[in-house]
Amino acid sequence: MEEKKRKVCIICSKANLEDVYAALILANGARMEGIEAEIFFTFFGLDAITKKRMDKLHTPVVGNPGLRMPGGLPFPTLLGIIPGVEALVSSMMKKEMEKLDIPPVSEFLDMIKAAGGKIYACKLAMEMFKLKKEDLYDDIDGILTVGEFYQRAEGAQIIFV
Amino acid sequence: MPKKVYASIEVEVDEEGYMVDMKQWTPEIAEAIAGELGISLTDRHWEVINFLREKAEKGESLTLRKLGKTGPVPIKELYQLFPNGPLKKAAKIAGLPKPRGCV
Repeated sequence: MEEKKRKVCIICSKANLEDVYAALILANGARMEGIEAEIFFTFFGLDAITKKRMDKLHTPVVGNPGLRMPGGLPFPTLLGIIPGVEALVSSMMKKEMEKLDIPPVSEFLDMIKAAGGKIYACKLAMEMFKLKKEDLYDDIDGILTVGEFYQRAEGAQIIFV
Repeated sequence: MPKKVYASIEVEVDEEGYMVDMKQWTPEIAEAIAGELGISLTDRHWEVINFLREKAEKGESLTLRKLGKTGPVPIKELYQLFPNGPLKKAAKIAGLPKPRGCV
């Protein structure tokens, strides 16, 4: 007898590095536990599956009270407005993640697909940002309306990031 | 500590059935644990199990990503060989502690 299947549907609505990774880790982690997983990328979250941008995501350095300098001191917001600082902080963050074996976004999507997870893009947000299917990660499972998303999510737990 | 009998050998296990002492492990025990999980071991399974044990003997614990990238079997196939939780199931069969990585 097959156990009752658990399923999570994760909505990724932001393009910040930390939000996208939260969604990816939740989805991949679910698959590693034998839980079905789907991610629905909407609004700015579409950056994470847009080929040109997916591996260039940034962590915000202005108005991010959680951000610390390498020594642990608070990161001054005014420093964040200097050109290049956000890119530098983001690349440092990615290096630290790589040390923990957290892959770049494109490879993470490959992992989730290899694990049997599903990846969907939001139709309305694509129209808003004038994105075409060709602009997106090649291996997405489809483009959904919000209604179709809910149909897919029936009986699943929904997580909004 | 709970005990369990696999292939007529009594081994110590944790609450979730992972072996506590990897030295007690034998290939026959692996077959028995796999049977319990509904998996019949093929050569490909053994390649993964042996790889995990070699790494564990060196004190390395693997993430699924590293296992897929550096091991004998890619991630997609790992999910086919050990359905619904490849790293956990492979570790259990290999007589190793429950993996606690998030990737």
